[in-house]
Amino acid sequence: MAEPVLALEGLRKQFGGLVVTDQVTLSVAPGELHAVIGPNGAGKTTLINQISGVLPSDSGRILFAGHDITRLPPHERARRGLARTFQITSVLPAFSALENVAVAVQAHAGSSYRFVGDAAAEPALNGPALAALEEVGLAERADVPAGHLSHGEKRALELAMALVTEPKLLLLDEPMAGTGREETARLIAVLRRLKGRFAMMLVEHDMTAVFALADHISVLIYGRILLSGKPDEVREDPQVVAAYLGDEIEFER
Amino acid sequence: MTQAVGPVEAAPRTRRSRAAVALPLVLFAALALLPLVTAALSAGYMLDLFVRVMIFAIAALSVDLLIGYAALVTFGQAAFVGLGAYAVGMLGAHEITDLTIALPVALLASGLFALVTGLVCLRTKGVYFIMITLAFGQMAFFTASSLAPYGGDDGLTVHERSTLFGVAVLDRPVVFYYVVLAALLAVYLTCRTLIASRFGRVLRGAKDNALRMTTLGFQVYRFQLVAYVIAGMIAGLAGVLLANATEFVSPAYMSWQRSGELIIMVLLGGLGTLHGAVLGAIAFLLLEEWLATLTEHWKMIFGPLLVLVVVFVRGGLIGIGTALAGAVSRRLRRG
Ligand SMILES: Nc1ncnc2c1ncn2[C@@H]1O[C@H](COP(=O)(O)OP(=O)(O)OP(=O)(O)O)[C@@H](O)[C@H]1O
Ligand SMILES: [Mg+2]
Repeated sequence: MAEPVLALEGLRKQFGGLVVTDQVTLSVAPGELHAVIGPNGAGKTTLINQISGVLPSDSGRILFAGHDITRLPPHERARRGLARTFQITSVLPAFSALENVAVAVQAHAGSSYRFVGDAAAEPALNGPALAALEEVGLAERADVPAGHLSHGEKRALELAMALVTEPKLLLLDEPMAGTGREETARLIAVLRRLKGRFAMMLVEHDMTAVFALADHISVLIYGRILLSGKPDEVREDPQVVAAYLGDEIEFER
Repeated sequence: MTQAVGPVEAAPRTRRSRAAVALPLVLFAALALLPLVTAALSAGYMLDLFVRVMIFAIAALSVDLLIGYAALVTFGQAAFVGLGAYAVGMLGAHEITDLTIALPVALLASGLFALVTGLVCLRTKGVYFIMITLAFGQMAFFTASSLAPYGGDDGLTVHERSTLFGVAVLDRPVVFYYVVLAALLAVYLTCRTLIASRFGRVLRGAKDNALRMTTLGFQVYRFQLVAYVIAGMIAGLAGVLLANATEFVSPAYMSWQRSGELIIMVLLGGLGTLHGAVLGAIAFLLLEEWLATLTEHWKMIFGPLLVLVVVFVRGGLIGIGTALAGAVSRRLRRG
């Protein structure tokens, strides 16, 4: 079996007396779409924050492409090919959609200590940025300030920003949350097209999306992995059905 | 993914409004023509006043670079102005007056001070950043006050203006005026270029959403440190000119009040526009001068007036201008 892109070993995070993630061990294979599901407050966002380095872990290890990145700062992890989106959309509101993506291209191109030249007029940055906007269906909105985009468009924009960094692994924290039915369908289509190009870890409440996309599903409950397996195994597991999928209705927004 | 897709000449530049292009042109043209007016009116004191205005405009530009484009609210920028001034004063005390030495020393000193203090300040955020830049500023102030061999509290006189290759170029008021104007223009253009560059874009991005920039792979801290050093050196340059203008160097140049005045100038003119900093410096110093001729209690008017403008006019004087221009053009269109 190929070396996993991401391997978590006994990861743990505690806020004061509250243990939010504990003994989280899982791995993501290259090109795999690994979904993480679990009820509200299960610790999914915390886990994403730990992997991306926004939160330090209390114990355990994070191996990324074979290297221990547990103690690396977030920008260093990003440079190594770990991209993420945020549950609460996080874009640069004052920048145009194109500039949001162009700055991500710039991050990936790795030469930002340039003090002259109009960055906004650089074809080397705008070209790939526009291509990524096209890929997520935002090309027409390139000039609109990101702060003025609709919620769903911001979601797509975040995706485009992640794309141009050519990640090895993309962490997606509820990309469908708060988007309409139509936009959800569009995002599913986009993600399906991207599948295989790089590995993804998808945190999502929308079970339609999860079962349409995932190669592998891990169920997180009270910060621990309850079960990890192929979609069919997870769907039929009585524990999962009882603990989680039983009230699926609640999660279909 | 790196292939360029089709023609990309559609690259939409962040287009600046017509006012944003016209205003700096008007400002600099007016400053360039001013000596003709003062000569005609034989109002030499005006020339001196505007030299001071332009020097503070340079320092205010460094503040706008940090506050307006990097969200780094610095309350210690006067320290760098003082460092530049002291470089001239202290070297002068040892009979070294040439700019070929004084200028590099001043820029190096202020840049180094920015680097060392920035390493500490930039680890903090928000109010802590304000307080710690203030603390470093006061540290510089007290250090200067205790420099007994260089006048201590009383400051020291600059007996001879800086020379260039041994020539006393700054002695003629008009020449000095144009040297300061050239410095202001150079600093303004440098800041403009910087902000539009890749580097500047990272700064602006971090101002907008630092976490997003970090998770894109930018070590925001390092970019801010570089900006802090550049701003420190710009303020140092202002200090070199200030020492020459006043022919005197004093710890008061470094006081927190001066740092505060620089912030007010930027807010008064309009934050994050650059020419707002220049306009703010002009308005601040002219208002101060004018009110002082009206009454000896001018500070009682000046303070509240500044507060009113800063609090009630979003975007400072430039904000007022834009609003007025908008209203007028709407009127005209309606016929
Ligand atoms: N910074 C923090 N300090 C203290 N407690 C926190 C912090 N962040 C999260 N928590 C707590 O940790 C638990 C897990 O939160 P987390 O956001 O990881 O859940 P989640 O699985 O992403 O939930 P949701 O599905 O609602 O997004 C919650 O009880 C939350 O209140
Ligand atoms: Mg969450």
